[in-house]
Amino acid sequence: MGNFKMKVLVSMVSAALALAACAQVTEKSASANKASETVSASKLPVIQAVLTQAPNVPPPITRKYAAKVVVHMETQEKVMRMADGVEYMYWTFGGQVPGQFMRIREGDEVEFNLSNSPNSKMPHNIDLHAVTGPGGGAASSFTAPGHTSTFSFKALNPGLYVYHCATAPVGMHIGNGMYGLIMVEPKEGLPKVDREYYVMQGDFYTKGKYGEAGLQPFDMEKAIKEQPDYVVFNGSVGALNGDKAITAKVGETVRLFVGNGGPNMVSSFHVIGEIFDRVYVEGGKLENRNVQTTLVPAGGSAITEFKVDVPGTFIIVDHSIFRAFNKGALGMLKVNGPEDKIIYSGKQADTVYLPEGSATQSIANPKSAESTKPLTKDEQVALGKNVFENNCLACHQANGEGIPKAFPPLAKSDFLNADHNRAIGILLHGRSGPIKVNGETYDSVMPAIALNNDQIANVLTYVLNSFGNNGGQVTPAQVETQRKAAPPVANNEHG
Amino acid sequence: MLRYCFALMLIVSGNAWGQGDMASITAGEYRPLYLSADSPVISVQSFLLDKQPVTNQEFQSFVSQHPKWQRDAVPALFAEKAYLSHWVENAGQYGPQAGDANKPVVFVSWYAAQAYCQAQNKRLPTVAEWEYVAQASPSRIDGSQEKGYNQKILDWYAKAAKQAPGEVAKDEPNYWGVHNMHGLIWEWSEDFNSSLISGESRDDSSVNKDLYCASGSAGAINPSDYAAFMRYGFRSSLGAKFTLNSLGFRCAADGQP
Repeated sequence: MGNFKMKVLVSMVSAALALAACAQVTEKSASANKASETVSASKLPVIQAVLTQAPNVPPPITRKYAAKVVVHMETQEKVMRMADGVEYMYWTFGGQVPGQFMRIREGDEVEFNLSNSPNSKMPHNIDLHAVTGPGGGAASSFTAPGHTSTFSFKALNPGLYVYHCATAPVGMHIGNGMYGLIMVEPKEGLPKVDREYYVMQGDFYTKGKYGEAGLQPFDMEKAIKEQPDYVVFNGSVGALNGDKAITAKVGETVRLFVGNGGPNMVSSFHVIGEIFDRVYVEGGKLENRNVQTTLVPAGGSAITEFKVDVPGTFIIVDHSIFRAFNKGALGMLKVNGPEDKIIYSGKQADTVYLPEGSATQSIANPKSAESTKPLTKDEQVALGKNVFENNCLACHQANGEGIPKAFPPLAKSDFLNADHNRAIGILLHGRSGPIKVNGETYDSVMPAIALNNDQIANVLTYVLNSFGNNGGQVTPAQVETQRKAAPPVANNEHG
Repeated sequence: MLRYCFALMLIVSGNAWGQGDMASITAGEYRPLYLSADSPVISVQSFLLDKQPVTNQEFQSFVSQHPKWQRDAVPALFAEKAYLSHWVENAGQYGPQAGDANKPVVFVSWYAAQAYCQAQNKRLPTVAEWEYVAQASPSRIDGSQEKGYNQKILDWYAKAAKQAPGEVAKDEPNYWGVHNMHGLIWEWSEDFNSSLISGESRDDSSVNKDLYCASGSAGAINPSDYAAFMRYGFRSSLGAKFTLNSLGFRCAADGQP
């Protein structure tokens, strides 16, 4: 609505100016400033756009004048990793999901050159939500493989905008990863911060279930039913985890440019253990303060800013929480620096609480398909890593060292290495009551994890061959044997 | 154009076209973006269609008889720079690389494809004709409901065109005895640019609502719609002088089987 009004206004103003110019020369000086903003593109200084891949963001804009910004972007179709052992044919802007981040200034004139790789099977185009005009540039940028389309637009409204492919079938082009962000900075610029990052959520629909290995084709029916197998940040499971986590130091202010490509899911964007000091709601001008979770619509954005006060790993999630722990919508911000025990003490006590009637819990899991051909140890390790990250990592930690006094270590674990069958039994049936691991006593509950025989064999083989353990291999047949055996009495002692 | 071909047919006897390499297609009907119950039925008259896409070898013999379509002679108006760019020079002449003779010719413009067909008193198939034949499975005129039919098509669409296509006619022929309607290359059609799909796909429902009632995706419940969408979308992205590494053609001719 604002755009339409503005356009009408602009044409009225320019008409008025034209009349005024004929009649009265003195009017000119009053509108000189405005005129300098609307000079033809050829008179503006020409700047090549800096494009970055997530999670990086181009540097803030320091110039105080409008420019003609030239953008070159290439659409590419390529197979990349969706999760460990899982590949997907992504359609991309610039070879990665999300597409390259663009940063321009309000009033800039953009010359956009969209090239479609000669190796593409499909035509592509771009609809930039920052464009005021029919289709957001889609029709003007419709490009066959091996061609380049050029169009220009003027950035009238500041804000953080999504761009995406709008070629038929639109849902499939977006669903395959064709989206990204463009920041139109307001003329006065954004407040200075210490760190800026680019995080964009998207949902994916694959023939196979979450984690099912191999090159997974797009599943149209799931997409129409809006039942994603994957909901991820920055294009794949774990794209912001471990050594790919984004980082900051204690005391710094972090700004996240958050987008959501969809195609279907709306994000409840949340950073566990942080409060957003400031959110530019939906990527616009409205500022909200002290926000825990901000909604990011599909095809929308938000800018969040927060000061990090204490060190540690802060987990970035879509707080529609099953997406975080079962579909991949989980990233990490690692903060280094001195602790502040007043702001956050860490764990101060842990005592057993075991009321009457409590028993080992069981997490139900539908029986997943089991493979038929035997795997090599290396294959088992590779697949088991994935199982570990989805089921075990939350408690036993990425390095397998567990949490002191709460979750026993799997790293260099005497308890684990001593008896593989016991380990199988614990995964099958859960475990409660005190155990001694590496000289420390742990008295907590592990629920039975309802994995299939393959998954249990793979994850144990992975753990046995990781974290400084003694090696070895667990086969699905071993698991089957244990599954048939009665669960150990120890598990029932509180039942 | 159709009338023109019809006139030619009266002059030239049917057998002169080497019908042995062409399949006789009986008249019938098909739904564009099939399975959308509301879309209109298009009738297709009987015609003849090449059983396989035109190969590099065939196109080379055409070029040697019509040197104005040689790679270094073709006017820029009729073909882009990439025209026949997969051919190599040999004694001053461009031709396919060793081993490519029976692969479909690609990097050809619509003009070149049309010229090839005309040189043999043929023409490019219309979109309707092409789609009508493309919906056949090995055993049925309309195999689009068969299990695996759509998956095979979608699987090919999902692969990037990084490698040159394989040889023609290595697949099982469809009901009409026609090879390679899916899974090898995109193909030119005579009226490729008549789809009225603009670059702004979401607006297309107002361009030709009857034909593309599902273009805004409303009603596109079956994945097979998506295969059709992709073909229509692909065609509408083309200009007649475009030359792409996955785009070839085959010829058709009017005829009574």
